[in-house]
Amino acid sequence: MVIERPSIDTVWGWLSEVPDPEIPVISLTDLGIVRDVAWAGDTLEVTVTPTYSGCPATTIINLDIETALRERGVENIRLKRQLSPAWTTDWLTAEGREKLERYGIAPPRPAGGPEHCPLCKSPDVERISQFGSTPCKAQWRCRACLEPFDYFKCI
Amino acid sequence: MSDPLFEYLCRMGDNTLVLGHRVSEWCGVAPVLEEDIALANTALDLIGQTQLWLGLAAEVEDAGRDADALAFRRDVWDFRNLLLVEQPNGDFGRTMMRQFLFDAWHLPYLTALMDSKDARIAAIAEKSAKEVTYHLERSTDTVIGLGDGTEESHNRMQAALDRLWPYVGEMFVGDAVDSSLQERGLAPDPASLRPGYDELVGDVFTAATLKRPEDDFAHKGGKTGARHSEHLGHMLTQMQWLQRAYPDATW
Ligand SMILES: [Zn+2]
Repeated sequence: MVIERPSIDTVWGWLSEVPDPEIPVISLTDLGIVRDVAWAGDTLEVTVTPTYSGCPATTIINLDIETALRERGVENIRLKRQLSPAWTTDWLTAEGREKLERYGIAPPRPAGGPEHCPLCKSPDVERISQFGSTPCKAQWRCRACLEPFDYFKCI
Repeated sequence: MSDPLFEYLCRMGDNTLVLGHRVSEWCGVAPVLEEDIALANTALDLIGQTQLWLGLAAEVEDAGRDADALAFRRDVWDFRNLLLVEQPNGDFGRTMMRQFLFDAWHLPYLTALMDSKDARIAAIAEKSAKEVTYHLERSTDTVIGLGDGTEESHNRMQAALDRLWPYVGEMFVGDAVDSSLQERGLAPDPASLRPGYDELVGDVFTAATLKRPEDDFAHKGGKTGARHSEHLGHMLTQMQWLQRAYPDATW
């Protein structure tokens, strides 16, 4: 079997199919944490930046990337961690934002809070806490339908 | 004295490690669910930052240790954290006052470190500052809410402030390690952050109807390791027991 070295674009396409382990409706590329893909000789180098420094998903993400690439026949993989520039929710793709909203998680906004309740779309919402079920989320509540919901907070 | 850069990185990592462990002691027993989640997330951020600081410390030391070895295999006299962060949790109000007094120093300090000439230090500071911004926002809100709350909550917050204030001064006292880093453009002069700190905490105490203690006497000896309070050793017996009893255990 002859395995050709896949193009960088092809690799990006594969990575766009790897789901985030905690919010599986969005992919790692939607999240904006894959910073670079490059060949260094026979080795494929993937540069990843963590979302939060203590996020327990980080090691799973690295494992998932490696697994996805190995399944497609890439043998030599090097994962590089890049801290700076620090990850920001500005790097979430437009598609990623839409997927979050459909899933029931209000996407981040520079204004510092959700535009509306992701369930009933009412703009009458209030913050319960800056912190939520995962490091990247805050807890909000809708005053119209009374449901609590997650907000993907800006960082 | 060992390498000043190694000492310095241990100080940064031990602050976040010891405070992170203290805050994690609330997991499952905080007053309400939202507070429990907020405290657990704060602890998680701090432990994550510890991995970065102590990871770099181990790299700089180049003696075959890693962040885990530094966290779990050093004895109490090798810890370099501020005395403030090792103080016991007390009630919820005292925990939040300790958090606020630390966050109000931590965020401006990290912001200054983002200009460090060591790109590795600047990168960790940049990453951490984003997380600590949320810590400070929350601890500020809580100190104001409880200070300017009921008579009971107000009294508890004032008692917490009176008890913890003697541990504030240590954050601003420099020594040979600080000077060494400052001369190389790696870290700021700790004393330079005091005026901004006094202004910030002063504004919050006013909003919280709390009275800043008049005496600025400061306990010292945490960041130099010369004289930790009795509490740190007890905490380490909890934090380190597994790696001490079963060295190199993994799961
Ligand atoms: Zn609603």
